[in-house]
Amino acid sequence: MSDENPGQPVVGSARVKRGMAEMLKGGVIMDVVTAEQAKIAEDAGAVAVMALERVPADIRAQGGVSRMSDPDMIESIIATVSIPVMAKVRIGHFVEAQVLQALGVDYIDESEVLTPADYANHIDKWQYTVPFVCGATNLGEALRRITEGAAMIRSKGEAGTGDVSNATTHMRRIRGEIKRLTSLPEDELYVAAKELQAPYELVKEVAETGKLPVVLFTAGGIATPADAAMMMQLGAEGVFVGSGIFKSGNPAQRAAAVVKATTFYDDPDVIAKVSRGLGEAMVGINVDDIPVPHRLQERGW
Amino acid sequence: MNRDLTIGVLALQGDVREHLSALAECDALARPVRRPSELDSVDALVIPGGESTTISNLAIEFGLFEPIKKRINGGMPVYGSCAGMILLAGTVLDGREDRPPFGGIDMIVRRNAFGRQVDSFEAPVGIDGIDGAPFHAVFIRAPWVEEVGPEAQVLGRVTSGAAAGRIVAVRQGHLLATAFHPELTGDLRVHEYFVELVRQSGSHGVEMARAGVS
Repeated sequence: MSDENPGQPVVGSARVKRGMAEMLKGGVIMDVVTAEQAKIAEDAGAVAVMALERVPADIRAQGGVSRMSDPDMIESIIATVSIPVMAKVRIGHFVEAQVLQALGVDYIDESEVLTPADYANHIDKWQYTVPFVCGATNLGEALRRITEGAAMIRSKGEAGTGDVSNATTHMRRIRGEIKRLTSLPEDELYVAAKELQAPYELVKEVAETGKLPVVLFTAGGIATPADAAMMMQLGAEGVFVGSGIFKSGNPAQRAAAVVKATTFYDDPDVIAKVSRGLGEAMVGINVDDIPVPHRLQERGW
Repeated sequence: MNRDLTIGVLALQGDVREHLSALAECDALARPVRRPSELDSVDALVIPGGESTTISNLAIEFGLFEPIKKRINGGMPVYGSCAGMILLAGTVLDGREDRPPFGGIDMIVRRNAFGRQVDSFEAPVGIDGIDGAPFHAVFIRAPWVEEVGPEAQVLGRVTSGAAAGRIVAVRQGHLLATAFHPELTGDLRVHEYFVELVRQSGSHGVEMARAGVS
């Protein structure tokens, strides 16, 4: 609370931004490109939708520069659903972020899925009232994003592939690096901070608490209820599903199944039950078949 | 001293862990509840913050909706924060017909009443019946209470800013609801108040009586 105006309401505080992510825990956030898809996602039990122009699989297939979505499209989604609406901006594109904040978006994803706007700097996220989520492939990257003001982290995976292998790699790596920090003697944390390229204070906090100071979701390549449940068992606090739902044969049923599998991630009977009769999953691409320059996870620094 | 009380936290979605640890710090036995059998084994329930439409949907899908409603009507103490307040309301405005609340408190609650996430805020709120400094209340896409019936008792209101005067804490007998999230601040007084409410409510005493303990 600000000292100048004691007792007056304060908006945009770190607690309010991080707290919003706490409320999404155990839930599924779904990529949508139209108001109709947003409605299907809400009906299926999504905790939020992510508005974007093209799902990652199409961005990958069609190529070209991907940018923030059309404000008309975002507004139509906001008008259609009552759950929170997120939207993506290009890495470093602070004006796209200003626009999304003005539109009343509930969370901004500074995302490697879109074409970066700045190859050196990410957005200074402390300057905004709206909270940001950012991707990370390792602990150092996560802590750098948190230093810049990110109020939520998602592991990156490799978006638009339907191949979950990179999501597991990134989640295991982040969790493993956190675990390692908790086992280090205090006098080794200085070098750990140097190696992680992250501020010492934040490294020390993670070493003490054994967790990130913000919520950690998973993303990138999740296509089935079992994928979602596996990521939850690996320590994700919730799930982003991109192309996996609306590039599949029966989006409504698959969306509902992923929601249920995320809640009952540790109950194989439930996961088996909801996995039946879902029709075609998205076709998918093996991450190994994607040439390195085209891997979205490499974006972000 | 509260280890004889088992308090469940509805664990379908939301900030379950924060409520579990707040209850544990009050020395109550806290357990997540996702199944009807787990509901049967608790003396009281906390409905956490989260997305109320998602929680309602999952409660219906997994056969918890009617059992919870029945327990609420049967006198089980329940505390709901934010989404939990919405789910304890008799009437919800700006909700979805197919995602009904459990009900229990005679009040009309408006969902997302303060606005979108950019309007989420922190402000001090005093609660009747809880001593000490006002709560440092955290409101996240929070609801407010438009109106309470004769049975429900208003415990707290927003004191400053554009929403001054809005009702954000209510009690009706064994049911307690706040629009804000004490579980996010480390201030245990609301949870302590609820644990005390559970202790004093009949359900626990009834079981003791049944077991022949006086």
